[in-house]
Amino acid sequence: MVDIENELRHCCTAESDALMNAPLGYLNDTALQRLVPAEAIVRLESVSKVYPGRHGAPVSALDGIDLAVPQGSVLGVIGRSGAGKSTLIRLVNGLEKPTSGRVIVDGADISALPERALRHARRSIGMIFQHFNLLSSRTAAENVALPLEVAGYDKAAITARVDELLSLVGLADKRNRYPSELSGGQKQRVGIARALATKPKVLLSDEATSALDPETTRSILDLLSRINAELGLTVLLITHEMAVIRSIAKEVAVIDAGRIVEKGDVFDVFTRPQHPVTRSFLADETGRALPPYVADRLRPEAAPGTQAVVRIGFRGPHATDPVLARLARDLNIETNILAGSVDEIAGRPCGTLVIGVPEASLEKTLTFLKHYGLDTEVLGHVA
Amino acid sequence: MSPEMIRLLAGATGETLLMVAISAGLGTLFGLPLGVFLATSGKGELFAAPWANRVLGVVVNATRSTPFIILVVAIIPFTRLIAGTSIGTNAAIVPLTVASTPFIARLIEGAIREVDQGLIEAARAFGASPLQIVLKVLIPEALPGIVLGLTLAVVSLIGFSAMVGAVGGGGLGDLGIRYGYQRFMPEMMLAVVVVLIVLVQALQSLGDILARHLNKRIRHA
Ligand SMILES: Nc1ncnc2c1ncn2[C@@H]1O[C@H](COP(=O)(O)OP(=O)(O)OP(=O)(O)O)[C@@H](O)[C@H]1O
Ligand SMILES: [Mg+2]
Repeated sequence: MVDIENELRHCCTAESDALMNAPLGYLNDTALQRLVPAEAIVRLESVSKVYPGRHGAPVSALDGIDLAVPQGSVLGVIGRSGAGKSTLIRLVNGLEKPTSGRVIVDGADISALPERALRHARRSIGMIFQHFNLLSSRTAAENVALPLEVAGYDKAAITARVDELLSLVGLADKRNRYPSELSGGQKQRVGIARALATKPKVLLSDEATSALDPETTRSILDLLSRINAELGLTVLLITHEMAVIRSIAKEVAVIDAGRIVEKGDVFDVFTRPQHPVTRSFLADETGRALPPYVADRLRPEAAPGTQAVVRIGFRGPHATDPVLARLARDLNIETNILAGSVDEIAGRPCGTLVIGVPEASLEKTLTFLKHYGLDTEVLGHVA
Repeated sequence: MSPEMIRLLAGATGETLLMVAISAGLGTLFGLPLGVFLATSGKGELFAAPWANRVLGVVVNATRSTPFIILVVAIIPFTRLIAGTSIGTNAAIVPLTVASTPFIARLIEGAIREVDQGLIEAARAFGASPLQIVLKVLIPEALPGIVLGLTLAVVSLIGFSAMVGAVGGGGLGDLGIRYGYQRFMPEMMLAVVVVLIVLVQALQSLGDILARHLNKRIRHA
């Protein structure tokens, strides 16, 4: 179990606290940049990718992408199917060449490297896949050994490294199993071990948990977090699931139709989504979806006998109760709680509360809540 | 059956096996690289060479669509050049190899094309060269399919080798024609057919067992 109090104290470094308590306008670019270490190990500079259409018009998969992945960070890219996520990640290890723009990884211009140098560079960029892509003819250990054989390591070095890697991913006892004898989660662990074999600096993950159940997804994400923390490996992962981003990434970029429409600190993007696509991804998140009995009766206009439905977003360690209690005490406004949850995003607590407010008191209530630095949104009105 | 007949039968079986083994071996030697090339040289593939791919494809198809008996006759000068003669077991190996090479190439191409593209992607991602991908990924992964394909090729070669018997090639086909048909010895004809059936059954079972043993995609009980 997470010790909430400890967690709260942990997250309240001066800087994050200042951010959390800051009014909206404070969250400008300079404030974000200050939180982000300057060196980026992966940098995409105005990258565009156009595929020659098989039949008819060419397909523009990416359009003017600028993205920097700081050394040692976990950056998540989220987008709908066909948004260009796979194309983006495949540019990073040169499986795909950009039509224009540059892709810099660890100081090398991947997009300009000749084939041989590119193959060498790929040893420092590991990759894991949605469908694991393990060789069915090789055991777990032999699969992990493959990148090492390709890189020309000698037998003894390979054996030692493979043992080390299988222990790291918790599969030491499965070393002689074939992929067909492993579960999905175990296969992905082998995939991770294989990706780490040549000691890469960057790990690319293309929907690595999309074929797994929620519990297995958790354990794989935990493993990736651990690898990020212990080995200092930079992780760039793409997904279409917000839950994946929030449990592992510190930064997120939202991609839609080949463009990055929103990016920033995961906590900020999740608690104050700006772009409709981001909002739609968040709609299914717990606490944000209205319960049916409210949603069904919600209407856009106030009418006699209705009350306003207001969503309050709590970011950081604000106690929820005192706000409503104070509202009742100081302004004598009584509210109904319609829905709510307290959650943790990127290791920081946040909450959502949906309340019903008497129409006559709506303005005063909103002013009052904003005064406390809370985010508010009027969702509609219910009878 | 007389001991003489048994001696003849054993000798012919040996000749057939020799012809099939050598032509299958040579066919694999030439057909494997050809098949790998056909499977990997299409547009956008590992050794992309679309033109060479197309030309070789046409040559392979032309050879395969020529009826075997016509092929045997058509390449007699070539057979003489290689084997020094156009009759006998050694000479028969030449047309058998010529016929089996494109056949084996297509079977191997098919087996390699069955390999999941994701594996090529993964291998490229960890820095494997195209040649390493062929040797360490494609061939090992396609091996069960390759073995089944080669089994099919060997079985077909047994049939073809019986056919070269008809034009003086030696082996079981030759025996069957000369004794069973020309000298009208139905029991010899029957014996030849039985031996052929047993050979084909045995080789097919052997191939199946080997392929099953190599296939790690399915769980073994
Ligand atoms: N090799 C290709 N040739 C032509 N078009 C392609 C190719 N690869 C991708 N595309 C197109 O580029 C666009 C982006 O594809 P991409 O695979 O990057 O999307 P994605 O975000 O990964 O989607 P998904 O979530 O479904 O995997 C799509 O419109 C797709 O059809
Ligand atoms: Mg994709």
